[in-house]
Parts: sequence; structure tokens; C-alpha cells
Amino acid sequence: MKPLRIKAIAHKELIQIWRDPLSLAMAFMMPVMLLFIFGYAITLDVNDLKTVVYDRDRGSASRELIDGMSASGYFTVVGEVHDQREIDRYLDSGEALVAVSIQEDFSKKLHKGIPAPLQVIVDGSDSNTATIALGYINALSEGYASRVAGMRGARPLPIVDPRIRVWYNPDLKSRNFIIPGLIAIIMAVIAALLTSLTVAREWERGTMEQLIATPVRVPELIIGKLLPYFGIGFVDVLLSVLLAVFLFGVPLKGSIFLLMFLSGIFLFGGLSLGILISIGAKSQLVASQISMVATFLPAFLLSGFMFAIANMPKALRVITYGVPARYFVAILKGIFLKGSTLRLLVMETALLSVFGLVVFAIANRKFRKRIG
Amino acid sequence: MSSGDIAVAVRGLRRTFGDFVAVDSISLEVKKGEVFGFLGPNGAGKSTTIKMLCGLLLPTSGEGTVGGKDIVRETEEIKKNIGYMSQRFSLYEDLTVGQNIDFFSGIYGVAKGRKNERKEWVLEMAGLQDRRSALTGTLPGGYKQRLALGCAILHEPPVLFLDEPTSGVDPISRRNFWDRIYDMSHAGTTVFVTTHYMDEAEYCDRLALIYRGQIIAGGSSADLKERYMKRQVLEIDAEEPVEALEVISRAGLDGVDAAVFGSSLHVVVADEKVAVPELTRILDAAGIGVRKIETILPSLEDVFVTLIETS
Repeated sequence: MKPLRIKAIAHKELIQIWRDPLSLAMAFMMPVMLLFIFGYAITLDVNDLKTVVYDRDRGSASRELIDGMSASGYFTVVGEVHDQREIDRYLDSGEALVAVSIQEDFSKKLHKGIPAPLQVIVDGSDSNTATIALGYINALSEGYASRVAGMRGARPLPIVDPRIRVWYNPDLKSRNFIIPGLIAIIMAVIAALLTSLTVAREWERGTMEQLIATPVRVPELIIGKLLPYFGIGFVDVLLSVLLAVFLFGVPLKGSIFLLMFLSGIFLFGGLSLGILISIGAKSQLVASQISMVATFLPAFLLSGFMFAIANMPKALRVITYGVPARYFVAILKGIFLKGSTLRLLVMETALLSVFGLVVFAIANRKFRKRIG
Repeated sequence: MSSGDIAVAVRGLRRTFGDFVAVDSISLEVKKGEVFGFLGPNGAGKSTTIKMLCGLLLPTSGEGTVGGKDIVRETEEIKKNIGYMSQRFSLYEDLTVGQNIDFFSGIYGVAKGRKNERKEWVLEMAGLQDRRSALTGTLPGGYKQRLALGCAILHEPPVLFLDEPTSGVDPISRRNFWDRIYDMSHAGTTVFVTTHYMDEAEYCDRLALIYRGQIIAGGSSADLKERYMKRQVLEIDAEEPVEALEVISRAGLDGVDAAVFGSSLHVVVADEKVAVPELTRILDAAGIGVRKIETILPSLEDVFVTLIETS
């Protein structure tokens, strides 16, 4: 293998990228734009749940409960009703997602130390939101109940008193775990997309015929084509990390150097996959479409970014081992949120390396210095 | 002829694409330092043959060597020792002239000390010294062609394959291009060139005529004319060449083929002694004035047309 040839190819690719504003924009703008769009759009936090209250008690206890809900920030009281049927109207029209109905003797019962039922109606048509809302209400009312009991000098009712601490993401901000995963997904797509055009373009323009009539060797050609995109990929990862930390406020607990190093391994596999697709496609349009589908869907659905891998049926779980984004999602989440070191990520690193080497080897085998 | 003098040798070379036979069991030999012309109409199998010789396409059957290396098993070795210029312009249009030269210089592994010298040589050969920073895509066809030639011979290969190098180039540029080819041939380079321009074939030391995948004749231009033109060619300078052609064709003379060549007629006849008076009489009767009628040396095109009609 001659370094001079690799250099010649890398240099040529770089000039071509530089001369093509479209590919330049794709290389640097797309990751930033995607991170913006998805970073703001995908949020699993539930805030300001529109709530309607039917307070028949109008006692101090019921007021305190409602004030507590509003103060939590999770609920916003959008109306008070005076009739059970009015609740239906609010929920049917979507003006409210939660209804809290308090009975007449709520305060009285609590003062006597008798359990006081509280009716909560939640719009279940968005089950995710509904579940989270129920969780909030449970937490709020338990806290409230123990406070009331404490004021009366009685011991709190529950015998087991869990003190829950959430590690790694103490604020339970969904953004904190979505953004690192999102960077992995975006880079998976971008990496393959970047290189998917390079080989196909040369076939389309006829320049490949000249190139394969020279003594250039296949690994030289592929490495030469990978190198400039490797640089671009690094810049993209760095840009994304900077946006994550400074714009989205995601804490970066681990080492940025480890993050960049492991990103390099991931990029090697992703870029090689793009080259492999490009070799098979021979047209830029087909190549870019294949690389979109082949990277985005598995990365989005099977990487553990959106859906926990542990909850998948066995067959799907097996497939996820072949999705490189799976390891990169784990690596980024680990380094961002847990401050994981290489020792903790050794399995992901190893499998990511294996993926890269295998795809690179297949690309080398598949590329023929022949026509037809 | 010892095998050491042979640059390209092919036996029973055949290539099919599905049911279509592009190249049908051809055999040929090209001597070192020769300009070998591969002549034939479009679609005759010229490009397919040249691609097999350059290691870009595997033959369906048959065998051959280029520079002593096998065209099936040693294609990568062949690629080190040849220059190839494809029919379609295939340099990078989005690179400048200089960048294209630097790129191929790097790919061919031109030694560092020679790099600049070779670059300047190519620029001068192509007449592009002042346009080295121009984008290649903006160059006129003739310049592109010469730049492509230059990039294909940066590493000074002993064998050069040119596939229709002058198609779509103006006549002056073509002339210019062939001068370069001659220079290289004199310097010892073997040149294998395909063309469908009959006049260009006259520049070649030896020729092979290919038609529908088969070689129908071979030899030097003079050989071919002598061997395959048993009949004579008359050039008739008539007042109305098109009408004259019609008149002659209608007369239905035995063994006479006529065709318009520029402003005159070429008529192939079995025996000029019989044909000249007869043709004069026919044209006179039709009221077409004949300014001149004479026997000429047949052109390669005459040979080719005759060969195709008899094959």
C-alpha cells in the first residue's frame, strides 16, 4: 500500500467536496439542523398539563392540594367547574387532559385522620402522557398526605417508606438522555450518507473508468476516500457535542477525548458502510436512498434510543447486535450521563470495532476494478 | 518474430453480453513501438476489445498478453505498464488542469524528482501552460483530449491504449493530437488506437478492420489496398454528382458500385478499360457533363466498403 496514492485520492476528494456547495452544506449543516429540529421536537417530559378542578369541598385542605399541584409546574389549572358533567365537556373537547374531583367532606375526613378519596380523571388517548400524569399525581398526593399526617402529629401511614433517588439524570430531564442518543442516530445517518455518493459519483461521471485502469489498489482507493469524510465526521461530532452541552444544557460528565476516540471508531464503520452501499448502487440517487433507509430506521428503532432493547422480543433483540448505532447510543449516554470510562464501555467499543472492520473488509472485497 | 518483440498478443478472444457477441474470437499481434489501428464502425467491438486488453473487462473465452502479462490473471500488473484513454472524457471536470495532473501523478506513483518535469511536459504537450488553474470542465474539447492523453502517459508507459481519442474534436486538434502520437511512437511507445475515422487509419503502421465483432482484414494500409482491392476505383468529376449517381445506379452495370465522395463520385469497377467508355456514354446520354474521369488510388474507406459488402 502506497501512502502517496492514498494522499492523492484523499486530496482529490477534499477538493471535490470543497467545490460542491451542496455536499459541503450536507456535511456541516445537516447534523446541526437535525440536532436542532429533533432536539427541540422530541421531548418526553410532561409539563403544564391542562387541568380542570371540581372542588366541592372548598376547604383549606382542598385549596392546599390544588395550589400544590399548580406550584409543581406539572399542572396548570385551566378551569374550575361546578358540575360533574362539565368535566366531560372539558375532556371531550381537549381543553383539559386531567380532571380532579374533590368530594365535599375531603377536608373534614383528613382532619379526622380518615382516608379521603380523591377522584382523578385522565385523558388516556395519549397513554404516555397519561401514565406520566398519574405518576405525578400519585407522588403529589402522597407527599401531601404525609404532610397532613405530620401536622397532626400522627406517624405517616405507609410502613415502607421508599426514598427514591434517580441516578445519572437526577432531574429526570428527558432531554439529557435524548440528546446523546440523538447525536448517535444523526451521525449514523450522516456518516453513511456522506460516503455513499463518492463511489457512485465516479461511476456516474465516467471518471471511475480512468481510475480503475491505473495501478491504484482497492484499499488505497477506499482509505483515500474515507479520510476526508473522517475529518468531516469528527467536526460534526464535535459540533453536536458543543450544541448538546451549551445549547441544550446536557451535562458532559465523562471525558471528551474518550468520546471523540470512540466516535472515531464509530465513524470508521459508518463511513465504510456508506462506501459499501455506494459500491453496490452505482448511482448517486439510489445510493443515498439506500443509505438513508439502511441507517436511519435501524438506528432509530433498534438502537435503544427510543425503545429499550431489553423490552424487545428475542428475535429483534438479536438483530440489534448488528446495529452499530446501538453501541454508539450506549457509549454516548454512558460518557455524557454516567461519566463512563473506557473500561465500562469495553464491550461496546470492541463490537463497534468489529463492525467497522467487517464492513471495511466487505467493501474491499466487493469493489472490483472492472467494468460489468 | 520473437515473442520479445510483441507488445500485445491475443488469440481467440471472445466476449459476450447475454446473447450479444460483442467480440467474436479475434486474434491479433501488435509489435513493440508500432502504431496499431483498430478500425471499425461504432458498435463493432472496438471498445470492448480495448477494455479487455486493459484489464477492465474479463474475456468470456480466449487468451492474450499485454507486455507479456496475462489479460485474465495479471490485470493489475498490466495496469502498471499501460496508459489508457477512454472514449468518454474521464478526467475530473471539477478539478483544475494542474490538480488533475497532480492526482494522476500521485496515483501512478511518479517519482518525486520527476513530478514537476512530467507536469510541465504534459502542460506543454497539451498547450495548457497558461491554463493550469482553469477548471477542466471549462476547456474546449481538443484541450481536454490532450490533457487526458497527458494524464494517461505521466508514468511513461511502454504501451498506450487510446479508445476513439479524437471523437468530437475539430480537425486541427485531431492533426495536432496525431503528431503527439507519432512523437511517442518514435520514442518507442507502442500505441494501440481505435478509430472510426478512415483518414486517421492512414496514420497507423498496421491496421485491423473489425466488423460485427470479427476481424475481417489486417495489414498495413498499403497492404490492405493492394490485397483487397482487386477492382479499380474511378473518380468521376461530374456536373451533377447526385444525378450522375442515380443514372449510373439505374444503368445496373455488372460489377459496378458507385458512391458520392464529397463533390465527386467514386465508382468501383472490375476493369477500367471497359468501364470508362461505358460510363462516359451513359452520362452523356443523360445529358450530364463529365469534367474528368480518372483511376485513383483507393482510400481505406473504399477498401472497407468493399470488404463489408463481400463479407
